[in-house]
Amino acid sequence: MSSKTVREMIEENKSSKTNFRGVTEKVMPKFLLLCAIISVLTTFGIVFTLIFETFNFFSKVSFLEFITSPDWYPMHSNASFGIRPLILGTLTIAAIAILVALPLGLAAAIFLSEYASDRMRRIVKPVLEVLAGVPTIVYGFFALTFVTPLLQNIIPGLSIYNALSPGIVVGVMIIPMIASLSEDAMSAVPNAIREGAYAMGATKFEVAIKVVFPAALSGIIASIVLAISRAIGETMIVTVAGGANPTSAIDITNAIQTMTAYIVQISLGDAGYGTTAYYSIYAVGMTLFVFTLIMNLAAYFISRKFREVY
Amino acid sequence: MQMINNEKVKKRILRRLASNKFFKWLFIAATGLALLTLAVLLIRIVTQGASSLDWNFMTSFASRRAEDAGIKSAFVGTIWLMVVTAPIAFTLGVGTAIYLEEYAKKGKFTSLIQMNIANLAGVPSIVFGLLGLTIFVRELGLGRSVLAGGLTMSLLILPIIVVASQEAIRAVPGHLREGSFAMGATKWQTIIRIVIPSALPGILTGNILALSRAVGETAPLIMIGALTYIAFLPENLMSQFTVMPIQIFNWTGRPQEAFQAVAAAGIIVLMIMLIIMNSIAVYIRNKFTKRY
Amino acid sequence: MTSPTKEETVFNVENLNLWYGNTHALKNINMDIARNQVTAIIGPSGCGKSTFIKTLNRMVEMVPSVNISGTINYHGQGIFESKYMVEELRTRVGMVFQKPNPFPKSIYENVAYGPRIHGIKKKQDLDAIVEKSLKGAAIWDEVKDRLDENAYGLSGGQQQRICIARCLAIEPDVILMDEPTSALDPISTLKVEELVRELKKDYTIVIVTHNMQQAARISDRTAFFLNGEVIEMSDTDKLFSTPEDKRTEDYITGRFG
Repeated sequence: MSSKTVREMIEENKSSKTNFRGVTEKVMPKFLLLCAIISVLTTFGIVFTLIFETFNFFSKVSFLEFITSPDWYPMHSNASFGIRPLILGTLTIAAIAILVALPLGLAAAIFLSEYASDRMRRIVKPVLEVLAGVPTIVYGFFALTFVTPLLQNIIPGLSIYNALSPGIVVGVMIIPMIASLSEDAMSAVPNAIREGAYAMGATKFEVAIKVVFPAALSGIIASIVLAISRAIGETMIVTVAGGANPTSAIDITNAIQTMTAYIVQISLGDAGYGTTAYYSIYAVGMTLFVFTLIMNLAAYFISRKFREVY
Repeated sequence: MQMINNEKVKKRILRRLASNKFFKWLFIAATGLALLTLAVLLIRIVTQGASSLDWNFMTSFASRRAEDAGIKSAFVGTIWLMVVTAPIAFTLGVGTAIYLEEYAKKGKFTSLIQMNIANLAGVPSIVFGLLGLTIFVRELGLGRSVLAGGLTMSLLILPIIVVASQEAIRAVPGHLREGSFAMGATKWQTIIRIVIPSALPGILTGNILALSRAVGETAPLIMIGALTYIAFLPENLMSQFTVMPIQIFNWTGRPQEAFQAVAAAGIIVLMIMLIIMNSIAVYIRNKFTKRY
Repeated sequence: MTSPTKEETVFNVENLNLWYGNTHALKNINMDIARNQVTAIIGPSGCGKSTFIKTLNRMVEMVPSVNISGTINYHGQGIFESKYMVEELRTRVGMVFQKPNPFPKSIYENVAYGPRIHGIKKKQDLDAIVEKSLKGAAIWDEVKDRLDENAYGLSGGQQQRICIARCLAIEPDVILMDEPTSALDPISTLKVEELVRELKKDYTIVIVTHNMQQAARISDRTAFFLNGEVIEMSDTDKLFSTPEDKRTEDYITGRFG
């Protein structure tokens, strides 16, 4: 060791380093703040992009037509831009999806939280979550080449592109969302509450349904709202298997078109830059964004409320 | 007088136990059905695609004929996209997480950022595509390039990374920070030498999972105009490109039956890549979980 | 230089008051802490003794909503003065915590942490510092063959001595110890106590303890805290044999606390 003491070395370094250290100390928080601000800017970017281009769209098409016209014929020579068919198509998919995902997801959540052993839960939960990690294009392929032919055996009149098949598959995709988040909410219910009920002679099922489920309700509702929001925003499954038929006469055995599928259709090159159809994807995107934003905010506040309960 | 009729209670108990059992099996069946679907999906795709999956498939470009079609340009494009996306998303995401956990004071602004991130996580990916198309492709003039795609994907996965990193940072016990501060370390020294290394496994796991989300995404890249048919490899950040999900989408849309097998083969490659990424993430999480 | 007759004051605390939000945790504390002595702080739980020593290196400021008035002079300089850098203070005033808190790094890196953050990079310097510090903390023989192993593999008592070595590595002037043996078994406790007696030759030590025997065994001076006030402070022998205040007597004879 050099003859200097540690103290002397530290003092020496300090006089030469202070500036550099001081600068890092001041600059880093600012840089990190900048990172955080970029996430906010992203939201602003989305909102302003949508508003700005939607405004362009409404300079060509009246807002009244957008919300009241029953027809969506963007490429027609006599074009009509009524959003209703796309919204109906989207909601149809979301409704079928939630009909599939709600019972299965909640049942899985109750099973995992109340019945399964620790070991079982540690295996099943991640496997279930794999369902949420499968790319949506894979689900789309599965819907078109497996689920649709399967359904055609049962429902002879089912067309190749239809609402039913992608609806079911979207449902499968959001099962883990409901199952996982609801399970979290139910596991967070303190055991003391369960023990109180067991001590009265309640069965497991009664405890799950009458005690745990109500106690975790806000968390469960938040998970369902998020799942619906996800179903509404889902794109590839409905693009691949749902068809491109914007219609207000919804028939789940026939082709439909969702908002998301329409945006894909246009950006695949059916409409040139600057045309009304081009701007219409922003108006549709805006509608989609508002739908999901409301649901996400609702889920955020519902689940925050639920955290305060215990 | 006895308020409770023991006979009745006994009978009711039998009924209650029966329904308890019934519902237990119903819940198991529902969970099993969900898992079964996953199994069917995987088996189906493997059986459909295995015959088309060979070395030729990996080394050939897209083609009009199913038997010649390969995934080379899409595979390389996906790698390019990852290489562009990962550092940007990592820097922004981990930076935001550090800011929120270590520097931000509790207040309106902080909760605004926090709420904003929760919301961004729920914005449909296609809307990110609209953002990328407008800002990166058109306004910034990046065109339909790998760079535009990577930037769009970075923003898309940003919220996932922020949330995962925040959790990892929050899990670092306060007494480690105290130990460092008590040595006369500055805040940044404590963060970079103690907090981040301790949180790193969690941060890396979150980043890899987020990146695997980007690898599987299709819609936003269709929006920004990643091409569905290209027979060349990207050369630099401004090159045009395609990725595996888009190539699969393209094959899925072909009317010929033979292309379905090709699509399935593409899916197998994509899924293997995702499985590898997820395995690495799980490995890191299990291996480096710290005892404090 | 310290003369045997006149004690040099390291810390001089004047009219120190501290609030956590609305809770008045330290009330009008006045105290001198002398060089190369062990000063023990005793008192029942929640009396403010931990808060007090964390004020000496300003670690207490990490608690949000803390408010401090009064002055603490460290070698004649006010530590709350705005130009006084808190990092500077903490390099001179080291701290050992209640629960051993080694970093999740190797034993070597734990001890080298302080020198490194203060800019010492040369491998040979660091090697020498690590060895000297570990010897100083009486743990060198136990760990010299496994310096690269994670410090978490050690027992609680060993971890605590690693923390002491970590503290010694930057050659502080004062070592604050916040109930350093409360999480340890009796044998480890004994080792740490021996170490404290050893360290006092070179360092000024302030130790918080809830164990009165420990205070009596190792300290030169003892301060008795109650409800945020210093009830009595004097030489340890005197405080334990002939306390002046009734409350001190009640406490040390085990009538409360």
